[in-house]
Amino acid sequence: MLWACLRFPGLAFSAAFAASPEAGPSALLDHKARQRLIAAANADASAQGVRRGQSLAAARALCPSLEVRPRDPAAENRLLTELAAWCYQFSGHVSLVPYNAILMEVGASLRLFDGWPVLAERLRAGLAEQGHAHTMAATPFAAASWVFAASADGMVIGEREGVRRMLGELPLAQAGLPAATVTSLQAMGFRRLGEIFRLPRPELTRRIGRDGVNWLDRLRGDAADALPAWQPPANFVQKIEFDMELDGSQPLLFPLRRLTRSLANLLAARDGGVQRFTLTLEHARGESTRIVVAMAAPQRDAERLFELARTRLERATLPAPARSIEIDAAELPTFRPPLRDLFEPIRGDGLDWPTLDERLRARLGDAALRQIALVADHRPERASRYGTPGNVVSPPRRRRPLWLLPRPIPMRPEPAMVLAGPERIESGWWDGEDARRDYYIVRTAQGQQAWAYLPPGTLDGWMLHGWFA
Amino acid sequence: MNAIASPNLAQVLDHPGIWRRSADRQPRVRALSTGWTSLDAKLPGGGWPQGALSEILFEHDGLGELDLVMPALAALTQEHRRVIFVAPPYLPYAPALTAAGVDLRFLHEIHAGSTEAAWSMEQCLRSGCCGAVVGWLPEIDYRSLRRLQLAAESGDACAMIFRPAGHAAQNSPAALRLKVSNSDEATYVEVLKSRGLLTTTAPLLRMRA
Repeated sequence: MLWACLRFPGLAFSAAFAASPEAGPSALLDHKARQRLIAAANADASAQGVRRGQSLAAARALCPSLEVRPRDPAAENRLLTELAAWCYQFSGHVSLVPYNAILMEVGASLRLFDGWPVLAERLRAGLAEQGHAHTMAATPFAAASWVFAASADGMVIGEREGVRRMLGELPLAQAGLPAATVTSLQAMGFRRLGEIFRLPRPELTRRIGRDGVNWLDRLRGDAADALPAWQPPANFVQKIEFDMELDGSQPLLFPLRRLTRSLANLLAARDGGVQRFTLTLEHARGESTRIVVAMAAPQRDAERLFELARTRLERATLPAPARSIEIDAAELPTFRPPLRDLFEPIRGDGLDWPTLDERLRARLGDAALRQIALVADHRPERASRYGTPGNVVSPPRRRRPLWLLPRPIPMRPEPAMVLAGPERIESGWWDGEDARRDYYIVRTAQGQQAWAYLPPGTLDGWMLHGWFA
Repeated sequence: MNAIASPNLAQVLDHPGIWRRSADRQPRVRALSTGWTSLDAKLPGGGWPQGALSEILFEHDGLGELDLVMPALAALTQEHRRVIFVAPPYLPYAPALTAAGVDLRFLHEIHAGSTEAAWSMEQCLRSGCCGAVVGWLPEIDYRSLRRLQLAAESGDACAMIFRPAGHAAQNSPAALRLKVSNSDEATYVEVLKSRGLLTTTAPLLRMRA
């Protein structure tokens, strides 16, 4: 077993500022304390002297432009779940550790990912791309990984004895024990964890309690850690509410990118794709705009999902400024990667047809792309229709024009010469669209060949119906 | 002594700046057979240039301008390569298409206005998953034509564009320009421009005579 622990120190920040990126000095307020205390501050705020534990008034005095938000535990949990979903692609056992850490068993998948250094590199690259500050450590014991992730970023120890040795060197304050326990142990003159490990067990239990001892056992791997395994959900619903109303589609792109990325994370975890999702924008007075994003084949790539959603959003007309944005994907079908010919060289952008089809549909609308199907009907207008080409129907034996006019028009000037005909077409009495025409292939004075008809028994009133282009 | 090595004639002729008009020294053009034997025989590479733009200028509808390209397009669809019609002026008629040998499953039509049409044509050409993209863009300008030529090169697709014959006098970046006209009750195909072939005044093909 090798437990990797990922800690996200900035998670609370990202969760509270999900709708808009923080700009300038900002801080979070602790939701529990009755007194309003700073829970975390970003780099800009820290530079001006804002510290954790300060009262809001003190912080405001130091930095008047400070932007403050309350912590949002629900959003933090959602964000952590999302990260767990992303981690699920690397490990089958992922566990959430409130409020800002994830433990995952990577021992079983190390060989698949070419060992820890490569895996760690992938984890770091992926998290950096998503914009999450993180620290990580890996040891055979979950609790020890959690402790080391906070104090020694990047540490990896494979053997149990090594972990115990390193734990012995750890200052008490970093061992994850309750603050009161640490204070009382320090008052007794202990500085490092190793000194505690050497104490007789009954004595230690009396001083730091059963929970404390249990924690120390978990750190050293003497007690098993029962970590609940996270399971990916079967659908995806996520919403970001804004502090203010956002007008137009441009400001919506930042929250949209967050949503599509977390959707992609879930898809990666489920090894699934999404073929259709709904984008809902809420406006004032209970109005909302629903935009359906549908794809030709299931997709899972974050960038592509964002592009598709973005083009649909930009084409939509929003009646009013938006207050929130939500993505709802009820069905997450299995994803099948596109098939490629092993020997076929990749041309141009190397897109496959479904991707191109989607790109075109997203810009031009669904109605703009169509196929032509042959129908077994004698009436010329009915023999061809827009739709999916089905079974092969044998075409008429007589010559037919490549271009058909949407509806016949009077032919002016009249044809110069009749090349072939007449061909009597008479059909449709059964569905009320009776057609009775004598078709000719004719030539105009300019040398054009046309398909034209006369009502039976007449010699003028030529109607043009097609071009032999 | 003689410090400058005197190159022999073959070396001189290999210089890329020197172009020789002779059959075995023609620039290599990959082409798609037009299906018209006499036309194939006269076009460089033996057909529609692949990864390049061909421009077909026609005087009127119904002269056989579509018949000219149909065999090549039908052959592509039979090989399960996609053929895209962008902004056709009339309804492509399934019975005639099928009769020409087109596999309708691989024929797509894009219905779009003139700016969207140029954009979609470029996307299709660039994508690399289309065999041929045929567009009816009467109002297209030189810059857009150039973009299409580049897109066809990058996607290695066959681009064909139909325009009224009135544009024949304009400059064009197309690799091949053909003019379809009618006189004496027959349709003639002439070459206005072709990479790797001297322009001849004699018509290449006589159709419907």
